[in-house]
Amino acid sequence: MAFAAFSSGSKTDYKAPRKQSVIVAMSLLLPGMVYLALFFITPLMSLVVTSLEVPDASGEIGRYQYGFEIANYWTVIETYWPHIIRSFTYALVATILSLLISYPLAYFIGIRARKWPLIQKLALALVIAPFFISFLLRTFAWKQLFSNESWIVTTLQEWHILAPDQYLVGTDFMVIFGLTYNFIPFMTLPLYTSLERLDLRLLEAGSDLYATPAKVFRKVTLPITMPGIISGTLMTFIPIAGDYINASRDFLGSSDTQMIGNVVESNFLRINDYPAASALSVLLMAAILALVVFYVRRSGTEDLL
Amino acid sequence: MRFSLGRAALPIYAVLAFVYLLIPIAYTFVFSFNDTFKSNIVWRGFSFKNWLGVCNEQGVCEAFGNSILIGVVSTIIATALGTAIAIALVRYDFKFRSSVSLLLFLPMATPEIVLGAGLASQFFNMGAEKGLVTVIIAHVMFCLSFVVVTVKARVSSLDPALEEAGSDLYATPSKVFWKITFPLLMPGILAAALLSFALSFDDFIITNFNAGPLSTFPKFVYTAASKGIPAAANVVGSAVFLVAILIVVAVQVSSTIKERRLKAGK
Repeated sequence: MAFAAFSSGSKTDYKAPRKQSVIVAMSLLLPGMVYLALFFITPLMSLVVTSLEVPDASGEIGRYQYGFEIANYWTVIETYWPHIIRSFTYALVATILSLLISYPLAYFIGIRARKWPLIQKLALALVIAPFFISFLLRTFAWKQLFSNESWIVTTLQEWHILAPDQYLVGTDFMVIFGLTYNFIPFMTLPLYTSLERLDLRLLEAGSDLYATPAKVFRKVTLPITMPGIISGTLMTFIPIAGDYINASRDFLGSSDTQMIGNVVESNFLRINDYPAASALSVLLMAAILALVVFYVRRSGTEDLL
Repeated sequence: MRFSLGRAALPIYAVLAFVYLLIPIAYTFVFSFNDTFKSNIVWRGFSFKNWLGVCNEQGVCEAFGNSILIGVVSTIIATALGTAIAIALVRYDFKFRSSVSLLLFLPMATPEIVLGAGLASQFFNMGAEKGLVTVIIAHVMFCLSFVVVTVKARVSSLDPALEEAGSDLYATPSKVFWKITFPLLMPGILAAALLSFALSFDDFIITNFNAGPLSTFPKFVYTAASKGIPAAANVVGSAVFLVAILIVVAVQVSSTIKERRLKAGK
């Protein structure tokens, strides 16, 4: 799916008969599968166990013992519901924005630039270029560019778009701006992959039959590129919902923009409230899984890899 | 062809989008040459001093070294495990195929914060000391699926007739693998290794949960952000960016040359 865009494999796939040797197949599969069982599945279960723990009988801070305290979940929902709602709202808005920004860009690279392979390659390299520089440095660069003394903010104040005591860093706008920017390549690449495969004759057929360009887009291009839109929105929504760099006080956010990720981080690494952090992580994971299942069911994209 | 605003709109939009994508990179690069004094916020003039004295900034080079070490070790392990899985998925018949696919897909669909907190809670429950080993374990875990996806595309595009030709000429299965299959898979394996290294090198969220006192480059930047990131971090970021671009260009150029040679040979 989306990640195939990273590899430069050739386009022809051979359907070779699959070999039957169970021993070879198992010895190839087992090491990696055991690894994932130990360091992916077991940690998820450990998270569930931890989320139900209760404070240790000794009363020592940061020590917990095994329990079956479902009430932990109610406590975190009650305490952190604004963060939960905020995370999903940010993720929704930023995903829609990056779809709107990415689609025309991917359309240009995948369809318009087909005539010029060199430009197409260069454009693709430019889309993934942000991956080559640290995520944190990129985000911090935006913080500096939009800082309170920057010319962007002072100009906006002069034009009375911002009040004299109004700034950008620390606002919802800034966090959504950063989230959108950081995850645009994850949206553009899968869109590009599906647009690049689109048979141009279908578009010609549409306009030959007197459809307006808008109608060709709505009736032909959009439905055909739906798999790209689906994997693109999943690939952006999921990391955005769990992000905590953009919303962090040291980057683009403030105490008013904290997301689930920020709460999990502070509970886990600073306050040592492991059950609360784990319960929130389990809730986030459950919400994302429900979303993936719903999306995949609706669209029928069954082959995940 | 007459000039039409409608047709020009899309290329113009694309150029603007690229400018937007590149602004933070240009900013980081430019401010690595700032003649800094105490902080790196205001432009004070051009200087090479940050590049020449990058290790004078306390902790930067140590963090960078740790990130390289973690990146190399986890890439080697993840690429080996992932390549084996990719070959099995394409070439072998086995039961539970859909469960294997699901198990490989899930880590990519799980938010990093959940992966990070999950591993950290497991290490905590086991009483394991956080450090280099725990970070490498975490990085191999999240790189593995990406390796499988990348190598799998290459295995699928491999013509099985080449391997059959080898065994028809009485080569043993292991000889067929090492003399034919493996060299042909190499570009895919290299692409997977590069992707895996890039993911490992830039990872902050999962690392932050499992590194304990160990410093990595992204961790250094995160910690420094509260007081302002030193120019030395811009230097490291820009240098890594330049090296990565060079590698991408080299790969593209060599593949273009190979394609031309193949076409000329026909």
